[in-house]
Amino acid sequence: MKKFFSLFKKNKATGERNTFLLLGAIITGLMLLMVIVGLFYTPYNPTKMDASAKLQGISLKHIMGTDNMGRDVFSRVMYGSRITVAIATFTIIIGAGIGTIIGALTGYFGGIADEITMRIIDAMLAFPSILLSLVFVSLFGTGTYQVAIALGISFIPSFARIVRGEFLRCKNMDYVEVARLQGVSDIRIIFVHILPNTVGVLLSSVMIGFNNAVLAEAGLSFLGIGAQPPHASLGKMLSDAQGYLFNRPSYVISIGVVIVLMVLGFSFLGEGIKRIK
Amino acid sequence: MRYILKKVLSMVLTLIVVSLCVFLAFSLIPGDPVTRMFGTEATPELIAQYREKMGFNDPLLVRYFRWFTSFLQGDMGTSYDYKVPVAGMLAEKIPITLTLAVMSFVIMVIISIPLGIYTAKYENGIIDHIISVINQIIMAIPPFFSGILLTFFFGVILKIFTPGGFVSYTKDLHGFLKYLILPAFAIALPKAAMATKLLRGSVIEEAGKDYTRTAYSRGNTTNAVLYLHVLKNAMIPVITFMGMALADMVAGSIVIEQVFGIPGVSRILLSSINNRDYPVVEAIIMGIAIMVLVINLLVDIIYRIIDPRIEVEE
Amino acid sequence: MMKKSIGRRSLSSILVVLTTLTLTLSGCSSKKAEESTPDVTNATETASSSENSETETADSTAGADDLSKITIGIPQDIDSMDPHMAKAAGTREILFNVFEGLVKPDQDGNLQPALASDYTISEDGMTYTFTLRDGVKFHDGSSVTAEDVKYSIERNAGTDGTDPLISAFSNIDKVEIQDDSTIVLTLKEANTEFLAYMIVAIIPASNEDPEGNPIGTGPYKFVSRSPQENVILTKFDEYWGEPAYIQDITLKIEANADSVVMDLEGGSIDMYPRITSAQMAQLSDKFDVYEGTMNLVQALYLNNAEKPFDNELVRQALCYAIDPQTIMDFVSDGKGTEIGSSMFPSFGKYFDASLNDTYNQDIDKAKELLAEAGYPNGFDFTITVPSNYTQHVDTAQVLVEQFKEIGVNATIQEVEWNSWLDDVYTNRNFQSTVIGVDASTLTAYALLSRFRSDAHNNFINFSDADYDVALDAAIKATDDDEKTKNYKECEKILSEKAANVYIQDLPEFVVLNKKFTGYTFYPLYAQDFAKIKPAN
Repeated sequence: MKKFFSLFKKNKATGERNTFLLLGAIITGLMLLMVIVGLFYTPYNPTKMDASAKLQGISLKHIMGTDNMGRDVFSRVMYGSRITVAIATFTIIIGAGIGTIIGALTGYFGGIADEITMRIIDAMLAFPSILLSLVFVSLFGTGTYQVAIALGISFIPSFARIVRGEFLRCKNMDYVEVARLQGVSDIRIIFVHILPNTVGVLLSSVMIGFNNAVLAEAGLSFLGIGAQPPHASLGKMLSDAQGYLFNRPSYVISIGVVIVLMVLGFSFLGEGIKRIK
Repeated sequence: MRYILKKVLSMVLTLIVVSLCVFLAFSLIPGDPVTRMFGTEATPELIAQYREKMGFNDPLLVRYFRWFTSFLQGDMGTSYDYKVPVAGMLAEKIPITLTLAVMSFVIMVIISIPLGIYTAKYENGIIDHIISVINQIIMAIPPFFSGILLTFFFGVILKIFTPGGFVSYTKDLHGFLKYLILPAFAIALPKAAMATKLLRGSVIEEAGKDYTRTAYSRGNTTNAVLYLHVLKNAMIPVITFMGMALADMVAGSIVIEQVFGIPGVSRILLSSINNRDYPVVEAIIMGIAIMVLVINLLVDIIYRIIDPRIEVEE
Repeated sequence: MMKKSIGRRSLSSILVVLTTLTLTLSGCSSKKAEESTPDVTNATETASSSENSETETADSTAGADDLSKITIGIPQDIDSMDPHMAKAAGTREILFNVFEGLVKPDQDGNLQPALASDYTISEDGMTYTFTLRDGVKFHDGSSVTAEDVKYSIERNAGTDGTDPLISAFSNIDKVEIQDDSTIVLTLKEANTEFLAYMIVAIIPASNEDPEGNPIGTGPYKFVSRSPQENVILTKFDEYWGEPAYIQDITLKIEANADSVVMDLEGGSIDMYPRITSAQMAQLSDKFDVYEGTMNLVQALYLNNAEKPFDNELVRQALCYAIDPQTIMDFVSDGKGTEIGSSMFPSFGKYFDASLNDTYNQDIDKAKELLAEAGYPNGFDFTITVPSNYTQHVDTAQVLVEQFKEIGVNATIQEVEWNSWLDDVYTNRNFQSTVIGVDASTLTAYALLSRFRSDAHNNFINFSDADYDVALDAAIKATDDDEKTKNYKECEKILSEKAANVYIQDLPEFVVLNKKFTGYTFYPLYAQDFAKIKPAN
């Protein structure tokens, strides 16, 4: 624990502070706090409408104002962050989970199965991920889970690629050879010997992937395919809010800032972790 | 040479997989072109009649094969929606999206290369820190949101841009190019941020390698080392990224074309997906896939030119 | 290690290159920045007219304040230029300017002779005789002949063995050419309202490509179209009727509904039909807003064959749970017209305002009905809404909140328009949906016929023997009072049986730049561009 905290202090050798790590931790911490508190408490009921309080500006009563239905934006942001985080997490679990398994197996064993899988992955990578998720969303229908599954599937190929590359690099290394000579099973070599060595690469891909998932979800929401009302994701809320840019800019901007902060927190963390070495 | 041949072969294979996937995907999606055609005035008889007429009652593989053979002959079919040949319809739209993509690419390159080198050179300097923070922020903004903010700022506050004032290149080339500058920036900025970060990292890494030290010890000046050795090697991952970015820009324009009201290929793609206009969807996706694969191939070839030592596994 | 030793020169040269390139890129825009700096602060305020025209000159090829041209934003591309194949309401209202029928509706909802200068309807409602107007020309210069009329009607009736494009046309027995200027239409079954269908577009029989080369007789003719970009129309100089004022019309497809306000303010469009009240609130006083109604029946349509909505008491409970006025307050700032059945006020004599009060919000009564129906603790159901209609999605959100009050838990499912057509409308695989149903012709029949138990478009599966009897009586009636009485009976049944949870006829706001005037509403889907004229 002490070691953990020392990461944020000034490095004694270089006299430099890992600002990125510190900022990233603070921002992500605040975001997480908001999501967690939102599970138990929101200042107002996020779906409660009030015709007499439509599109109010920032005030002490409504710290992010109200939306076109008179709902408290901050309460909705608290609720929406939860949905956004859930979608991104799901996406990563599906994308990184399945991608890692595919990448590990194909990279380790090679052969004809590898060749075929790689063609399919190439085919999928030939589509930009937003297009891919668009196709999958059309397939599964719109909705929170559907969007998460669609994004998750479209994230598989890039994870598979990365992990496969790592396995190709590692599979002929000495420690693998040794394990093989000792008669350790392939599956054990894959998951116990090689996989832990790819964690570094995987971790930074996961962080980038999380951010991409948040941004991709926002993009899909803009195109009209996203989580369902009344419990909108942040992306959906932002896309709804853009129509009020003229008469209530604070509505759009406060939601935009929350999304940017959420993504920023993670990318700062990622950057900070990279600089620990 | 053999390598390239092998690559081309696997490309063709990939394309067949792509086309089959699209075909399959769209036969599973609810909603079909005929119900869409008659909307709320459809009768079951009318739908049955037109399904037969348009050949939708044939088995999936028969339809796929029919499409595939005519595609090979260069016939992309007729749009269900617009009742015009797909090829002609897209020929009109491709220059729009391509111009946008090339413009974004140029902007990305001229921003990221100097910045990447500069920040690497003055690693951990104050400007390096500022730029890397700005980079992170730019990468954290959802593309459509930055599009809206740019439109609002330049269009409504500064009034140097007319929102929605797109004119076609056939009518007014200058006006066309001028309108595309802002959308091109909206597409290019996040890519430029990523490319800058990548180049910075890559230069720093190369600069720390043994050969660079050797070059110094031979008495070379810093600039010579930087440009002759470091940059050449540092560019390799950046070129891959930029190649992918170029491909991504064509499809990445889906959101930006929508935000800025640009009637390019991406907007046609989006409306065709919504309207179940499959011949158009197939043609565009095949086009994008071919482009991505060709760019990948080119990147591979450029690799070998930059560094002949690269032996490609597989 | 590289940090200190790299020379200054290389850095500055990089910066020079960078700045030069950026300047070249932004060159043309920075010039304009200087021109318009004086007014920067007035971002959303009215721009002075001089500044306004300056923007015009710079940005459009049109030239300063050229009032012979107008650019009109439309929310989606038209689905077909062939008037007989065009089904979307948004397309029909535009093609109104290009094509005409034997008769044509006016703004009060009366049918006026158009390509027919005169018509007679036989006493028994079986035979319609039309006299062709003299000297009417198609856009290609040829004259309209009786052959063209016969061809156009038969094309829709599917007399060549295909299925009729307009289902009501299956009632046509034959179309005969009596002489060069007289056409006689004979029906299979009496229908005194059939004249309303004669708004069907008359197109030349000789035109082989009605989609690519649309030819009509209307005040505007087709010039060109570019998919997802625009449709261009120009004034038809040989138009038989009152000529249009504006020479050139560009219909610009506005794919992003949220940029409409910016596009209006920026001057790239002059008019936009169907703006939301939220967008309206953001407009500067450069614009006039015309307020009318959309002429549709917005309701929570219930699948009467699906549990629990097969129970009349449940449907009535939902009707008691809602308050249309509250919905209007949220969705369109209180504007809108309450309705109580499948009929809207533009239909005049057929509209029965008393049905608005069949159910007035009464939470206790709703709960009682639910308990009686066997759902004392409420139930869960899904509202399917097409995602492209903001008003319907918003309405559904308010409904969900109102149903919570009676313990009913509704979930919204947004679907694409095509999925909606497929699942909800065609396959009737849904529980409930919020949608607006419009009338394709100016007849009560167009709105009420779909609830006949065996109607092909009865997507809510409404089934009531009394209703079928009243509807048949209305169609066959030759006496107008009797007809009206029977149609009102139909509406009453729909209301009392709570076929649907009726809400409102949505308000329609049309924005027009003050440079132009004369926008006119019609009681059915029509945008009459010929009536728009320069303000001075």
